[in-house]
Amino acid sequence: MKLAWFLASLLLAMAVPVMASGQAGMVTGDAVAQSLTGSAGDAARGRAIIVDRQKGFCLLCHSGPFNEEPLQGNLAPSLAGAGSRWTEGQLRLRLMDNKRINPESIMPAYHRIEGLNRVGPVWRDKPILTAAEIEDVLAFLIGLQGERAP
Amino acid sequence: MKRIILALLACASVAGAEERRSGLLDMRPEAQAMQRDDSMNPGMLWVLDGEALWGRKPTPATQSCADCHGDAAVSMRDVAARYPAFDIARGAAIDLAGRIIQCRETRQGAAPLAREGQELLALTSFVAHQSRGSPIAPPDDAGMRAARAQGREIFMTRLGQLDLSCAQCHDDHAGQRLAGSIIPQGHPTGYPIYRLEWQGVGSLQRRLRGCMVGVRAEPFAYGSAEFMAIEAYLMGRARGMVLETPAIRP
Repeated sequence: MKLAWFLASLLLAMAVPVMASGQAGMVTGDAVAQSLTGSAGDAARGRAIIVDRQKGFCLLCHSGPFNEEPLQGNLAPSLAGAGSRWTEGQLRLRLMDNKRINPESIMPAYHRIEGLNRVGPVWRDKPILTAAEIEDVLAFLIGLQGERAP
Repeated sequence: MKRIILALLACASVAGAEERRSGLLDMRPEAQAMQRDDSMNPGMLWVLDGEALWGRKPTPATQSCADCHGDAAVSMRDVAARYPAFDIARGAAIDLAGRIIQCRETRQGAAPLAREGQELLALTSFVAHQSRGSPIAPPDDAGMRAARAQGREIFMTRLGQLDLSCAQCHDDHAGQRLAGSIIPQGHPTGYPIYRLEWQGVGSLQRRLRGCMVGVRAEPFAYGSAEFMAIEAYLMGRARGMVLETPAIRP
């Protein structure tokens, strides 16, 4: 069953571009190879977004090598070593819309605005992270090479 | 393929067999002690306010709750354990607070009580307190079965910019940690609750609105059919669990 979902989402992923806020990123296989902004992001800004509990709120679910952050979740895998587990393109698609990889995922689609229910007026028609913010987070995650989960 | 489906079914039945657990047990021992000791439980202040309101006429020309219902310890015993109930006049489910509002308007002819206002929270706390220690026993009529089905539908629907359903956290990931906090199973065993975060007593609908805003969804309105349905579903899901009002929660 899960295999069927995976194959179906993979087929879908190959054909349809991910679009949000005027930015397009072409999906190839399970990755978006090209930068959404045309340039590399800023890893320091990316780290700040990850630990910000209003912006990226990644640590609500994930843990990671952020020793100054005491309250980290355990609903999802540690971010430690993310850059050695995935390619840049794979991480980009997982950030933009992880449900294209796994439709049952609890991870929010950080760069998709379609197909959502009852989004509050403040957040309506806006992705959680902009294209530039996605690239910043990505730049930081790629740098997490081979670190062990705390 | 068949093997995968069988394996998934086996996982599902194991998850379903897990014991239901009140959020009380997930709190620090000091907070649990605060709930269990009436002299330390701040929710008891609302219960006492409610007791005073129970005996007071809203206007001199009308009757108090006690004038009709008498001693609440007798007449209101286990009533909260059976709410929400189907209201024939409205043809819809109504929760305990909604029934008090309705009684106030139609029987006492007094100004309606505001949802989440102190008077309504106090009266609801007092009435619900008369069921403390009793098992939740939702009515099984057709109207309430329909309301519970609607509530279940909402519970399973992904909402908001974060695209999360109630079930994804409170069924699938209960017991795990969202940031530092244990995700409770989400059983409404102690409402109205004194929430440390609120520094006051609030209703289940206020708590539900908090979660909805948390996933960046537009919350349902207080007293809406959607909230009545979710309340009905949650009480059905908690059938047989013991009421704790006034509960303390973080």
